[in-house]
Amino acid sequence: MRTARIAAVVAAGVLALTACGGGSDSDDGDTGAAAVNSDATFEAGTTMETLQKAGKITIGTKFDQPGFGEENLSGIPEGFDVEIGKILAAGMGISADNIKWVETPSAVRENVIEDGDVDLVAATYTINDERKERISFAGPYYVAGQQIMVRNDDSTITGPDSFKENADLKVCSVAGSTPADNIGEYLANKSQLVTFDLYSKCADALRTKQVDAVTTDNVILLGLVGDSDGAFKMVGDTFTEEPYGIGLKKGDTAFCEYIVDTLKKASEDGSYEKAWTETAGKVEGAQTPTLPTADACA
Amino acid sequence: MNVITDNLDLFFQGFAKTLGICIICMIGSLILGTLVAACRISPVAPLRGVGSLYVNFVRNCPLTVVLFFIAFGLPEIGINQSYYVFGCTALIIYTAAFVCEALRSGINAIPTGQAEAARAIGLTFGQNLREVVLPQAFRTAIPPVGSVIIAMFKNSAILGAFGVGGDLLGNAILLTSSRGQDPTAVYLGIGFFFLMITIPAGLLLQFLERKAAILR
Repeated sequence: MRTARIAAVVAAGVLALTACGGGSDSDDGDTGAAAVNSDATFEAGTTMETLQKAGKITIGTKFDQPGFGEENLSGIPEGFDVEIGKILAAGMGISADNIKWVETPSAVRENVIEDGDVDLVAATYTINDERKERISFAGPYYVAGQQIMVRNDDSTITGPDSFKENADLKVCSVAGSTPADNIGEYLANKSQLVTFDLYSKCADALRTKQVDAVTTDNVILLGLVGDSDGAFKMVGDTFTEEPYGIGLKKGDTAFCEYIVDTLKKASEDGSYEKAWTETAGKVEGAQTPTLPTADACA
Repeated sequence: MNVITDNLDLFFQGFAKTLGICIICMIGSLILGTLVAACRISPVAPLRGVGSLYVNFVRNCPLTVVLFFIAFGLPEIGINQSYYVFGCTALIIYTAAFVCEALRSGINAIPTGQAEAARAIGLTFGQNLREVVLPQAFRTAIPPVGSVIIAMFKNSAILGAFGVGGDLLGNAILLTSSRGQDPTAVYLGIGFFFLMITIPAGLLLQFLERKAAILR
């Protein structure tokens, strides 16, 4: 009798675990800001033509980044990156419900592109030279900037230079992120940087006075400040430029050109702005961006 | 594979930090484990109870839970320390429970006649432990304690996920995420450096075992 009960509990647990898988097919008919372009024509042999023929696309994004790519209760990611992905798919005649979303945490982004597991990656992906050695970027489609968040009653920290002046101050960021790498040069010593796997843990550490500041891209901090009931505030100006790009297979210039053109059209017809205001732009204090000038495709 | 040669400084720095954590926690857990073992075999009932409670509670908690409890729980009640201190404390508390049990197995291997003889010639409980029982118990317990310590070396990797930066695992995350390096190569490198800690430890253990074996 007892073993039967235990077995039932174990089985339920296993079921619950298998229910939260990785990728998920989008099943909401909402195409967001993008209108599906069903009569687009592409040169034979290009990535666009292949995808258009297949009628479906696989896109990698973050599932834990509020405002950019965050999984909702039905397992579908929502956010600015997701909307950009939908716009790019729509330009090839692929509707939102034919997009397969795959979770791509920072550590695996280059690998999934190289292996062809995804067709493109839109995942708060900062363009940098080290990454360009393995993949190509199209864009930028957005330029974030790194900023600093402190407790509301704190007046000692005014910007990134405060950490050099007072070596006792600690700052938190996410392990392996570009902001964590960037803040390094503003510190008097390495032990001032505390890293976790999630920003929520950094916010918790700030609240319990384990660290004195949290630093990352301003858009993410805005979300944290918004959720903190006035416990946190932002200080100083942005001190870096983080251009977010779309990751794709190294050297696929035709696809890169297509992405750049599609984004340009989206910015002209207002769907780029709409993608922003419906997602990351909802946070108080967020400024609606204009599409940055694209880098040359190489 | 040149990701390893290109970033040797990061690997060495991580290696040094991980080795430091390992040494501190080894010393700490051996001391605490011995104290708890002494509690568990003492003639004083409350001490025995405290010892058993500690071992059974800590030994049956996953290490991550112990770490969470200390690193995120203590600041909630106003205790602030660096995450390095929190991490090492958690690892010591966790490992000590296993060290205690390994030692107790060594103590149980000592014939009861030894302790009785020691009492018979008028040694106190403390002297009995210090002069007769523990020296022999330590020698008998070298293999099981050694295994526990080697397991602890590997467990130390998890501190990288609890706010301790710059250790082997933390630097692996840095290389794979922000610098876009191939995870396979990076983690092979990390594995190699862990072996650089655990294999010598294993050899040292074998040597100690041979040296300290009790000839019966």
